[in-house]
Amino acid sequence: MDEPTHTPREIVRVDSLSKSFAAHAVVRDISLSVPRGQILGLLGPNGAGKSTFLHLLLGLTRPSSGSIRIFGQDLHKSRRSILSRVNFSSAYTSLPTNLSVWENLNIFAKLYGVPHPQKRVRELLELFEIPHALHSLTGALSSGQLTRVNLCKAFLNEPEILFLDEPTASLDPDIASRVRRTLLRIHGERGITMIYTSHDMQEVQRMCQRVIILSQGRIIRDGSPREIVDKGGAASLEDIFISIAHADQNETKKESS
Amino acid sequence: MLHRIYAVILRHAYLHRRSPARIMEVFFWPVMDLLVWGYITAYLQEMALSDAVLFLIGAMILWDVLYRSQQAISLSMTEEFWVRNFINLFISPLSIPEFISALCLVGFIKSVVTTVVLAFLALVLYQFDLLQVGLGLLPFYGNLLLFGWAVGLFTMGIILRYGRAAEALIWGMPFLLQPLSAVFYPVKVLPEWLQAVAFGLPSTYVFQGMRQVLNGGGINWGQMELALWLNLVYMVLGGIFFGLMLRSVRIKGYLARQNLQ
Repeated sequence: MDEPTHTPREIVRVDSLSKSFAAHAVVRDISLSVPRGQILGLLGPNGAGKSTFLHLLLGLTRPSSGSIRIFGQDLHKSRRSILSRVNFSSAYTSLPTNLSVWENLNIFAKLYGVPHPQKRVRELLELFEIPHALHSLTGALSSGQLTRVNLCKAFLNEPEILFLDEPTASLDPDIASRVRRTLLRIHGERGITMIYTSHDMQEVQRMCQRVIILSQGRIIRDGSPREIVDKGGAASLEDIFISIAHADQNETKKESS
Repeated sequence: MLHRIYAVILRHAYLHRRSPARIMEVFFWPVMDLLVWGYITAYLQEMALSDAVLFLIGAMILWDVLYRSQQAISLSMTEEFWVRNFINLFISPLSIPEFISALCLVGFIKSVVTTVVLAFLALVLYQFDLLQVGLGLLPFYGNLLLFGWAVGLFTMGIILRYGRAAEALIWGMPFLLQPLSAVFYPVKVLPEWLQAVAFGLPSTYVFQGMRQVLNGGGINWGQMELALWLNLVYMVLGGIFFGLMLRSVRIKGYLARQNLQ
């Protein structure tokens, strides 16, 4: 079999990726390429396969077929070397609540082999505007603070790719907006690649240079938010999303009847 | 590699430093067990039974080594699921063998601390000197530690695959093995068919050996070697079993969903 070609700007390459759970296909024959420095938004109604797709990219779930190459390396064969250069933050994971913020971040700094953990942790807490949380117990933080501590964890190793699974899901609008600004600032300074899932269409429109919409495990739209809105003849990304979600529901009803 | 193992050990050091309940767990239950078995032993001695009944205290102390090492692996890993931290660890450069090695070391440290405390209390309260076992203490200890790790790997594999429904095994598995290991009585009291099962467990040779030493006999090094070989087989099987379960949950997508219902 031919090795997929890898261009220097390409940081993630997915070829013919499929995943089924028993007889149910969740991700169907997805191929895509993500260039270095891009912020890519993954959208789709519930059950569209975006979480499974993200889990496949992180190596948490094994694909049924197809390949994933990150930094030009096969994810399955070079998982650990890839993982040292990426990171992940999700509204659905947490850190041990019975340890302090410093203790948690110090542990992950050691796992990623971060030099001068104390300096790095302080810098990140400053960046996300929670320097006072350093010695707080993680379980005593508000959900907004906890989300930002999770993001600090995700930036500890200065990742080249950051996977973000609904990073602002538990934040109030003000903090969510500040977090978005911080993420965009880091992106602007370091050219970090971000792969982003969110249910907040406005957030995706503001943050992402490219959006992929999944429906029933397939990519049905791929382009900049503007291109997708224009091609769909809609007023906003949200209108596009709603029409796709309705179509999805109708399809599911038909299949089940 | 070492810095990642150190990170996991540090996580447990922080946890214990912050939680008096965790410290109590290392000391409280083993000490309670020692008091119960110690006073039963004292009572049996009063009834003019042979001093050999002292082996009950030795058995209780050594049993705790197996229990601690099994718990270190299975409970520590399950806790990462409870606090929704396992994915953070799994997508870090920490490999599963590194993670398990760190948990084994945590188990070793905890069991050493518990054994020292119990041995001291047994000496003071019941004049039972664990060191009278002599050099045999090392292979006894090593074999129980290894068997605890192997049982921990099997337990964790089942929990990884079947989730919260199987969590009772963390505490239940050692007690499934206890009667078969002939901890408090000789193997010969078991029915014949169960004796065959008992001799398939490394722990049985340790407790048989301990009773032999306390009765004034020497150490049967051949049996210790057999126990070591059995342990190596169980460790390899435990590792393979855990690997297969991990592969299975990654295929089924349970790991991503931290599906421990």
